[in-house]
Amino acid sequence: MTTHIQSEKVRNRMKRRVALNKGLSGVFLLATMFGVFVLAVLFYQILTEGMPYINLDFLTGKLSTMPERAGIMGAILGTLWLMAVVIPVTIVLGVGTAIYNELYAKEGKLQNIIQTNISNLSGVPSIVYGILGMTIFASLLKLGSVVLAGGLTMSLLVLPIVIVSSQEALRAVPSYLSEASIGLGATKWQTIKNIILPAALPGILTGAILALSRAIGETAPLVVLGIPALLLPFPGGLFDRFTVLPMQIYYWTLDASLVAEYQFLASATIIVLLAMLFILNGTAIVIRNKFQRRY
Amino acid sequence: MIENNKESTSTVRVKSMIEQNRQRQSFRAVSEKAVPTVLLVIALISILTTIGIVFVLITETFEFFNRVSLVEFFTGTVLRPLSQDPKFGILPLINGTIISSAIAMFVAGPIGMMTAIYLSEYASDKARRVLKPVLELLAGIPTIVYGFFAFTFVTPFLRQFIPEMSATNILAPGLVMGVMIIPMIASLSEDAMSSVPNAMREGALALGSTKLEVTFKVIIPAAFSGIVAAFVLGISRAVGETMIVAIASGSSKNFTFDITQSMQTMTAYVVEVAGGDASPGSTIYYSLYAVAMTLFMFTLLMNILARYIARRFREEY
Repeated sequence: MTTHIQSEKVRNRMKRRVALNKGLSGVFLLATMFGVFVLAVLFYQILTEGMPYINLDFLTGKLSTMPERAGIMGAILGTLWLMAVVIPVTIVLGVGTAIYNELYAKEGKLQNIIQTNISNLSGVPSIVYGILGMTIFASLLKLGSVVLAGGLTMSLLVLPIVIVSSQEALRAVPSYLSEASIGLGATKWQTIKNIILPAALPGILTGAILALSRAIGETAPLVVLGIPALLLPFPGGLFDRFTVLPMQIYYWTLDASLVAEYQFLASATIIVLLAMLFILNGTAIVIRNKFQRRY
Repeated sequence: MIENNKESTSTVRVKSMIEQNRQRQSFRAVSEKAVPTVLLVIALISILTTIGIVFVLITETFEFFNRVSLVEFFTGTVLRPLSQDPKFGILPLINGTIISSAIAMFVAGPIGMMTAIYLSEYASDKARRVLKPVLELLAGIPTIVYGFFAFTFVTPFLRQFIPEMSATNILAPGLVMGVMIIPMIASLSEDAMSSVPNAMREGALALGSTKLEVTFKVIIPAAFSGIVAAFVLGISRAVGETMIVAIASGSSKNFTFDITQSMQTMTAYVVEVAGGDASPGSTIYYSLYAVAMTLFMFTLLMNILARYIARRFREEY
C-alpha cells in the first residue's frame, strides 16, 4: 500500500488556513479597537457639549434653577468632604486588615474566613451598600444624609479594593528585609512599622488612590442614602448635608427632558469629575513609577 | 574625691539607663501584644460589614413577607407598588434584569473575548502597552457617565433606525453596559490565557499550526476555566449595575419582552423607591429590602460559582 501526499490539496488547505488566520487576526484587532472607538465618541460628545459651559462662574457658583447661572461649587466641596472621610477610614481599616491577614493571622480557619469574606464583599453590588448605609448609618445611628454617613458607606464599599491591593503590596516585600531586621533584634511590630510598611507604602498608596477614585465616581449608594441634588448651602463639616458631582450629573441628566440645557450642564460636570479622576489616577501612576522599588 | 564623684555619676547613669531600657522593653512587650489584637479587631470589621448586610436584609425582608406572600412575590407578574391596590410581583424586575444583562453579555462576551485573544496572542508588546491602559481607562469611567451616554447619545442614535423606540428603553443601557463590561472580561480572560505556558504554544506552532489554531485548539481549552469564570463575573457585574439602567431604561414595570420599550431592573427599582418618598414602615419600603435581598443572593451565588469554576477546573501546568 502506498500513501502519497496530494501536494495540490495540501497547498490549498494551507492557503486557506493561513488566510483564515490573517483574516481573523484583523477581526480581533477591530474588536479591540471597538472599545477605543466608543471611548473616543464618549469623550467627543462630552467635550463638545460641556466645554462651552466651563468657566470660573460655573466652577465657583452656587446651584441655580437657571442653567446659565448654575454652578457646581457645592458638589465639588461635597466630593472633597467625602474624600476627607473615605481616605483616613479606608487607609486605617484597609491597611490594618491587610497587615493582620498577611503578617499576623495564622494559617487556618479565621484567615480563610476573612479572605473569603473580602472576595465576597468585593462582588456585592454597590446599591446594596447603599441600603446598608441607609439602614445603619442614616436611620439607626440617626445621622441622616450627612457627609459622615455617605463617607462611611463609601468607605465600606471600597474597602475590599484597599485590602486586596495592600495585601499584594505587603506580600511583594522580600522576606530577607524582615529577616535582617528580626536578626538585628527588632521585634515583630518594629519590623513591620520600620521595614515592611515603608517598603510597601507605594503599592498601598496606589491601591488607596484607585479605591478613592472609585468612591468619588460612585452614585448608586448615595441615591439610596437620600443625598439631595438641589442643595444651596455648602457643606462645612462632617454633620452637614451635602451633594456630590455624580449626584449633580444624575439629576441634570434626568431633567434634561425638561430643560434641554441641563444636558450640557451635566456634560460640563462630567468633565470636572473626569478631570478629578485623571488627576488622581495620574498621581497613582507617578507614585507607582517613581517610588516603587523592585527587589 | 572628684574621681569618686565622677564614678558615682557614671554608675547612676548606667543604672538609669538600665532602668529606662527595662521600661522601654516592657512598653515594647505591651505594644507587641496589643498590636495584633487591635489589628484583629480592625480585620473583623470587614466581617461585621457582611453580617450587617445580611442581617439588615434578612430582618426587613422577613417583615416584608409578613405582609406579602412568598408566592405572590416570586410568581407575580404585576408590580404596582404605588397604586391603591398594590401588587408586589418581582417577575417584571427579574425579567428586566435578565434582558439587560443578556444584551450586555451579547456585546461584552464576544468583543471582550476577541480583545483578550488579540492582546494575549496577536498583539506586539508595543501595541499591548498602548491598548491595555486605554481599556483600563474604559473600566475606570464612572457608571453615571455611561448612563448619561446611553440616555443622551445611544438612544437618540438608535431611534434614527428604530423610530418606534421609546426615549427610555432597555436596549441602549444594555449595549452601553456591555461596553462597560468589555474591559473586565478582556482582562480576566487575558490573564487566564497568558498564564498558559509558552511551551504549549511553541509545541503547537512547531507542529505547523497557525496562530489561530493554536489559540482555539490549545490556549482556549487550557484557559477555559478562567474564561468561564470571567464570563460569570461579567454577568454578576451586569446584574448589579445600577446607574446606567436607572437613567436610561426608565421605570416602566410592565412584564414585556420588547427591548425597544422601557423596563425596570431590580437595581433601578431600588433607586426609584429609595430615591422617592417611601416612608419607613410602608410595604413599599420593605419591598426595597426584598428586592435587594434577591439581588444580593443572585450576585453572591454568581461570585461563588465563578470562584468554584476557576479553582475546580483549573489545569495546572
